[in-house]
Amino acid sequence: MKDFAALFTALDQTNSTLKKVDALAKYFDRSNDQDKLWAIAILSHRRPKRTVKTTLLREWAAEEGEIPLWLFEEAYHTVGDLAEAIALVVPESSEQQNESLSYWIDLIISLGKEEEETKKTAILAAWHQMDAAERFVFNKLITGGFRMGLSQKLMTRALAKHTGIEESELAHRLMGDWSPQTTTFNELILTKDEKADLSKPYPFYLAYALDGEVSDLGQPNDWFAERKWDGIRGQVIVRDGQVFVWSRGEELVTDRFPEFQSFAEALPHGTVLDGEIIPVVDGIPLAFGLLQRRIGRKTVGKKLLTEIPIHLIAYDLLEYDGKDLRGLPHLERRAMLEKLVRNHPVDRLLLSDLVAFTEWKELTEVRSDSRANHCEGLMIKRKSATYQVGRKKGDWWKWKVDPLVIDAVMIYAQRGHGRRANMYTDFTFAVWKGEQLVPFAKAYSGLTDAEMREVDAFVKKNTIERFGPVRSVHSELVFEIAFEGINASSRHKSGVALRFPRINRWRKDKPKEEANTYKDLIQLLENYGQ
Amino acid sequence: MPLLEFTPSGIYCRQADIYIDPWRKVNKAIITHAHSDHSRWGMKHYLAHPMSIPVMKLRLGNDISVQPVEYNQKLNINGVEISLHPAGHIPGSAQVRVSYKGETWVASGDYKVEDDGLSTAFEPVKCHTFITECTFGLPIYKWKPQSEIFREMNNWWKANQENGLTTIVTAYSLGKAQRILQNVDTNIGKIYTHGAVENTNEVLRKAGLDLTETSLITRDTTKKELQGNLIIAPPSALNTPWANRFKPISDGIASGWMMLRGTRRRRAADRGFALSDHADWPGLLQAIKATGAQNVITTHGYTSVFSKYLNEIGINSVEEKTLFIGESIDTAEEEKGKEEAVS
Repeated sequence: MKDFAALFTALDQTNSTLKKVDALAKYFDRSNDQDKLWAIAILSHRRPKRTVKTTLLREWAAEEGEIPLWLFEEAYHTVGDLAEAIALVVPESSEQQNESLSYWIDLIISLGKEEEETKKTAILAAWHQMDAAERFVFNKLITGGFRMGLSQKLMTRALAKHTGIEESELAHRLMGDWSPQTTTFNELILTKDEKADLSKPYPFYLAYALDGEVSDLGQPNDWFAERKWDGIRGQVIVRDGQVFVWSRGEELVTDRFPEFQSFAEALPHGTVLDGEIIPVVDGIPLAFGLLQRRIGRKTVGKKLLTEIPIHLIAYDLLEYDGKDLRGLPHLERRAMLEKLVRNHPVDRLLLSDLVAFTEWKELTEVRSDSRANHCEGLMIKRKSATYQVGRKKGDWWKWKVDPLVIDAVMIYAQRGHGRRANMYTDFTFAVWKGEQLVPFAKAYSGLTDAEMREVDAFVKKNTIERFGPVRSVHSELVFEIAFEGINASSRHKSGVALRFPRINRWRKDKPKEEANTYKDLIQLLENYGQ
Repeated sequence: MPLLEFTPSGIYCRQADIYIDPWRKVNKAIITHAHSDHSRWGMKHYLAHPMSIPVMKLRLGNDISVQPVEYNQKLNINGVEISLHPAGHIPGSAQVRVSYKGETWVASGDYKVEDDGLSTAFEPVKCHTFITECTFGLPIYKWKPQSEIFREMNNWWKANQENGLTTIVTAYSLGKAQRILQNVDTNIGKIYTHGAVENTNEVLRKAGLDLTETSLITRDTTKKELQGNLIIAPPSALNTPWANRFKPISDGIASGWMMLRGTRRRRAADRGFALSDHADWPGLLQAIKATGAQNVITTHGYTSVFSKYLNEIGINSVEEKTLFIGESIDTAEEEKGKEEAVS
C-alpha cells in the first residue's frame, strides 16, 4: 500500500506521460503478482464493489475529526472529493502499517457481509495506521472514481515495458470480464491462451475528431464515408452458439439487449461485429433519449422491447470463422461484412450504408442534413486502414455537425470537483421569459483556466444567496451554450432536455438583456426535437 | 457604539478617529502589515511597525507620511490605548490592540501561530472582541510543521540538481519568498531571485533584517550559471517566457492552497508545497481561544462557515464584509487584488 500510495503521488507530481509510464512500470517491477493485478484492475475501472456506504464514511470522518457533520459536508464541497476530504479531516496518528495493496482490498471486500459496527472498527483502524496519502488511496478504493491521470492505454504501455509482451496483445488480454478475484496475473497476463474466454472482445478502434478541412485528407477515392449514428458503440460476438454484447466502456451488456440472441442461430460461429446499438423503426433510427431508457435497465420488459426495438447497425467485421481480421485493410473487411450480412439475413442486423461521393464537397452537403437523419455527422475511414487499438490519429475521423447554440445568462453556481475543486465552476443557465429568467441547462466544461478563475471571482463577489453548496448570483454574465440535441422533457421545469450542454464561449460582448429568450429555445425544440 | 465599527471605508475607531487597514482614503490609518490588501494607497497619515515602513514606501511611494510604532509601544489617542503586537504573518506584521474604558478589542490582520524563523512570532493578546481572518478556516487545512515542508523542498531541489534541472519555486514576494530563502538548505546550491522578490529583499535588509544571500537574475544571467540552483519568483512568473528561458526546469508553488489535490492539479506546476503564512484550522482555534474573547468577528476567508462553527462551540461570532483577500489562490487576483472582496 505504501508503494501504491507513492505511485499515486508520483503520478500526481508530473504531467509527462513518459514519466508516468515509467513510474508505473517501476511499480510493476517491485510489486507482487496480486498487487500488480489489482493495480491493473483499478486502472481499467474494475474496482471492488463498494462495501461501505459513503454516508457512514462521512459520519465516521466527522467523528474522528471532532467536527459536526455539517462542517464535514462544507469541507467536502470545498475539496470536491470525498476520499480526499476524509483523508484530510481525520487526524494524523503515529501508528504505521506495511500491508500490501491486496491486503487492504481484501479487507474492504470482506466487509461486505459484516455488521455496521465491525465495518466501523475496521475502517477506523485502517485510517489510524495510515498517513494522509495512504488514507486517501484507501478511501478511493472504497468510494471508487479512481482518476490517477493515467489512461488505460498508458497503463498497457507500462505493463508492456514490465512484461516485454506487445502492447496490442496485452490490450486484448486485458479485455473482457475478469477480476483479480477470479484470475491470476499469470493466467490473465502471461499465459497466451488460444481458446481464451469465449466472451472476450477486441479493443475498440476509436476515431479522432476531424480538426482541419476535409479536403486535407487527400484523394476522396481513398476513403469510405458513413453516417455517424447516434446510438452506443458496441461489439456483438457470436462464438460457440453464444452471443455476447459489449459496450465501448468494456461493459458486458448482453442481458440488456435480448434482441441479439437470434444472431447465435443466424450467423456463423466465430463472428465479431463492430457497430452501433440503436433503436430503429421502419429503417429510421430513433432519438438517443429513447435508447437511454433501455440502457438504464438490467432487465427489459415486453413493453420496452416493442416500443424501443434495438438493432445493430454494423460497420466492421473483426472476426470471421474464428479468425482475427483486424490486420486486413478496411476495404477487404468491408467486403466480407457486406457478404456476411447478405448471406445471413437476420432481423435486427443492419448494414451501415456507405455514403457515395466522388468529391469532398458532396460530403459536405450530406453532412449538413445529418440532424434531419438523426445522425451526429459523418465517419470517414481510410480504405487501406487496418483495425487498430484505441484512439489513433490518421485513418479514422469523425466529422460531427456543428452543435446548436443559444446565449444564456448564468444564474446559479456550484463548486466543482477534481481539478475544479474549491472554485465555482458548475453553472445553471437561463433564458428570458418576459422579465423572468427560466433555468434550462447546467454546464461546467468549456472555459479556459483563466476564464474559470475570472468567473469564480465574479461568483464570490456577486453572490445573492447560498443554498448549501449552491449560490445564486446576480444575473449578469452571458455565455453561449452549445449542445448536440434538444428534446421535450416533462422532468425539467423548462420543458426541454439538452444533450451534452457545454459552454462554447463567454459572450463578454453581450449585455444580459440580449441573451436568448424562452421562445427561441422552444423554436429550437420545434426545429430539431425528435 | 462598538469600540470598532465596520464602515464603508474600513474598520474604524470613532473615539480615536483612526482606521485600521482602510480601503478608502482617510486621514489616519494604522496598518497591520504591508501586503497590498491591508496597506493601501491614499491615506493622509499612516502608523505602522518599523519593519513594514520600507516596504510600504516601496509600494506606496517614498512621500507617504508614516509614523513608526514598535511592538508593545502604547499610544494614547483621545483616551484610547492603541498598541501593536506580533502577528507572525510576515516581517513587521502586527495585531492592533485597542482599549478604552476597560474594553479591549484586537484586530489581528493576517496571522499564523507557527514560528517561521523570519517574522517575530505570534503573541496572543487578551481581549473581549477579536477580529480574525479565516482564509483557511476549514478543518481540511492542517499544515505540516515547516521543518517537514522544507525537508521535502530540499529533497526536491537536490533531486532536480542531480537531474540537471534548475528549480523554480514561486511565492509572494513579501513574506513567503523570504521565509523560503531563510529556511532552505543553502548547502545544496545558490539562491537566485526575480526582480520583484529582490526589491523586497533589499528594503528588508536595509531595515535590518538579516537575510540569506541572494543573487538577482538579470539579462546577463546565463542558463548555465543557474543550472542546479534555486530561483525564487512571484506566482505570476510561472509559465512565462521569463521562466521558460531557464529550461530545463522543475517548478513548484508554495501556497496553503496546495493542500488540495484539485488546486495542485489545476496549477500546471510540477510540485505544490502547502506552505502558508496564514493560520490553519487548528491555528485559528488555538489563537482565538488564547485571546479569551467572547466575541469574534470574521473578516475574510470561509467566514460564514467559520462563524457558524464558533457559535456552536459557545463563542459569539458574526461575519463582516471587508475587502481583505488573505492568501490569493490566483496570481491575477494578487496583482489587481485591491477591489476584490472574498466573502
